[in-house]
Amino acid sequence: MQPMSSATSSDRPQKRHALLTRLWHWINAACLIILFMTGLNIFNAHPRLYWGHAGFAKADAWLVLDKFPGWITIPSHYSLADARLWHFLLAWPFAVALTLFLIGSLINGHMLRDIVLRRHEWRPSMIAADIRAHLKLDFSQHGGQFNILQKLSYGPVIFILLPGMILSGLTMSPQMDAAWPWLVDLFGGRQSARSWHFIFAWTLTAFFVLHIVLVLLSGPIRQVRDMITGGRRDAA
Amino acid sequence: MTKALLPISRRALLSSAAIGAGLMLSGCDRVNSSPAFRRLLGDVEGWNKATQRSLADRMALAREFDAADISPEFRANGTRDPGTPAYQAHVDAGFADWRINVDGLVAKPLSLSLADIKALPQRSQITRHDCVEGWSAIGQWQGVPLKLVLEAAGLDAKARFIVFHCADLYNGHPYYESIDLIDAFHPQTILAHSLNGADLPVPNGAPVRLRVERQLGYKHAKYVERIEAVAALDGIGLGKGGYWEDRGGYAWYAGI
Repeated sequence: MQPMSSATSSDRPQKRHALLTRLWHWINAACLIILFMTGLNIFNAHPRLYWGHAGFAKADAWLVLDKFPGWITIPSHYSLADARLWHFLLAWPFAVALTLFLIGSLINGHMLRDIVLRRHEWRPSMIAADIRAHLKLDFSQHGGQFNILQKLSYGPVIFILLPGMILSGLTMSPQMDAAWPWLVDLFGGRQSARSWHFIFAWTLTAFFVLHIVLVLLSGPIRQVRDMITGGRRDAA
Repeated sequence: MTKALLPISRRALLSSAAIGAGLMLSGCDRVNSSPAFRRLLGDVEGWNKATQRSLADRMALAREFDAADISPEFRANGTRDPGTPAYQAHVDAGFADWRINVDGLVAKPLSLSLADIKALPQRSQITRHDCVEGWSAIGQWQGVPLKLVLEAAGLDAKARFIVFHCADLYNGHPYYESIDLIDAFHPQTILAHSLNGADLPVPNGAPVRLRVERQLGYKHAKYVERIEAVAALDGIGLGKGGYWEDRGGYAWYAGI
């Protein structure tokens, strides 16, 4: 296998998006939307967040919210029981698909070739140039490769936020805490894990919104078509 | 330039998004009530139980905390006072005549007084209580390991579940819960009569409640007055193994 730094355009796959990437992208999108909306229904059972192991009193909460409205929850009426069942059902395809995508992307080279930043890309001048291009809504550069800002957002989403959702979710399970006590230590307590689960979920939602906006600004029909058919790398 | 990239108008985009979201929501509610989907949701409980049980040592202990970690107030949820004349008479008498009957598939049915329970070997543990709603509280519990009671009663080989019948009615129905033998024989599963060094208060389940530390709060039956060993849960309540399982749609396995 060639080291990634010497990869040339001829080594790269013809398709803009590998089949694995496309399958995962859409499964992940569907799972995340439902997990988010059922998660808000679950949150409504106790719309306060704490740090540490325990917490109930309002005075101890770092965040106190009203219940989220029905139009943004699944089911659209409050049902902790049903929302939990949905949440745990969708958590399976979400976690399995993410695991397969991460392993597959390591094997097919997508992760190291396209997502991890190269050393020269960390230069402030490179990043500044990319920010200027984004502000001008100029997405024409890079010959179909991800630009620096894309890598800086996709990387944390794939390696921190999505795995973090799974781990912080598992930490809320008393059975898992007995099985894997390190989970509790990783987040600093069950209530901290619940807080991180919430923070990660809304950070992912912010990413989702930004992602949709950028797709709309950069030729939505081609973008969506390529994420379905795979597209052609040189077409970018 | 931006305009050219957006082949549909902003209004069309927003209204189609709104219609899509509306369809999705009503679709989800319809899916939620379809029998096939309900069966699938029921199956997931089995996957979670099998996966979590296979990842954990059967005897893996829930974390035990220090006295400094104890929550200033231990939140009481569900029934806070059974409120019946019979229960009030027990409160007034200091639960001197309270009996916990151990029966069902046992060789030797027992009738335990509070004094009997306190005279048996004790276990004390400072653990985190996790409510299905999301909050947690830490408290110190003392009581007799359920295992010792079941061994004293001589559990029948056909027994698969232990059912806890409670003195309270919740929304007019008797509260009860059930666990399987893995949790029943777990060292931290105790019949607790003390919270934070004092007699169990009425809101927390006086005189005796179950602690089953690797499951959520609704499994921890309060006001326990009968412990029944059974081969199956079908004949009890509405057959799903507990008040909330029967009437609230909660999963019987509450390890998650």
